[in-house]
Amino acid sequence: MSLENVKQQIEQDVKNNKIILYMKGDKDMPRCGFSARVVDILNHYGVEFATRDVLKSEELRQAIKEYSDWPTLPQLYVNGEFIGGCDIVTELHQNGELKALLGA
Amino acid sequence: MTVQKRIIEKLEREFQPSFLRVTNDSALHAGHAGAGEETHFTIEMVSSRFSGLAKIARHRLVNHCLADELNGPVHALSLKLKSPQEL
Repeated sequence: MSLENVKQQIEQDVKNNKIILYMKGDKDMPRCGFSARVVDILNHYGVEFATRDVLKSEELRQAIKEYSDWPTLPQLYVNGEFIGGCDIVTELHQNGELKALLGA
Repeated sequence: MTVQKRIIEKLEREFQPSFLRVTNDSALHAGHAGAGEETHFTIEMVSSRFSGLAKIARHRLVNHCLADELNGPVHALSLKLKSPQEL
């Protein structure tokens, strides 16, 4: 699949999933501490969320960075909008904004 | 020059921070895929450039400033970015 096709797939996925996390590994076995922390935070709110594992596809890993103009993983999207990586999600969790954002 | 030194030089030039601390966290990530001696850093920085900017915009400024490092040896940055008014 070309990078453009992968980006179109990302666009569909962030549109079709209210909450979606691009991460290393999956919910049950995150493969990076930053991804694990965001999974923990989302689980804390008991919300349903989709994940995509960038370690399974080098194209996806490259495409998601270009899609959001953001160089690192994980990346959280809510209602089609890029929210941020681990630091921002953690801050929004601590200051209470994330709860409203997730509709939890 | 070490990656850490280069990061500090670039940030000082770009942001003229009133406070800057760059910590090498790489040892904490030893053993996981792609981890090396200079792959993970925490950057704590206070700069007037961040005044009035949302978190995501602040992160983008730093990410762009360090784009070469992030495309190269650096895998992850933990960023704590404040404006002087927020201290």
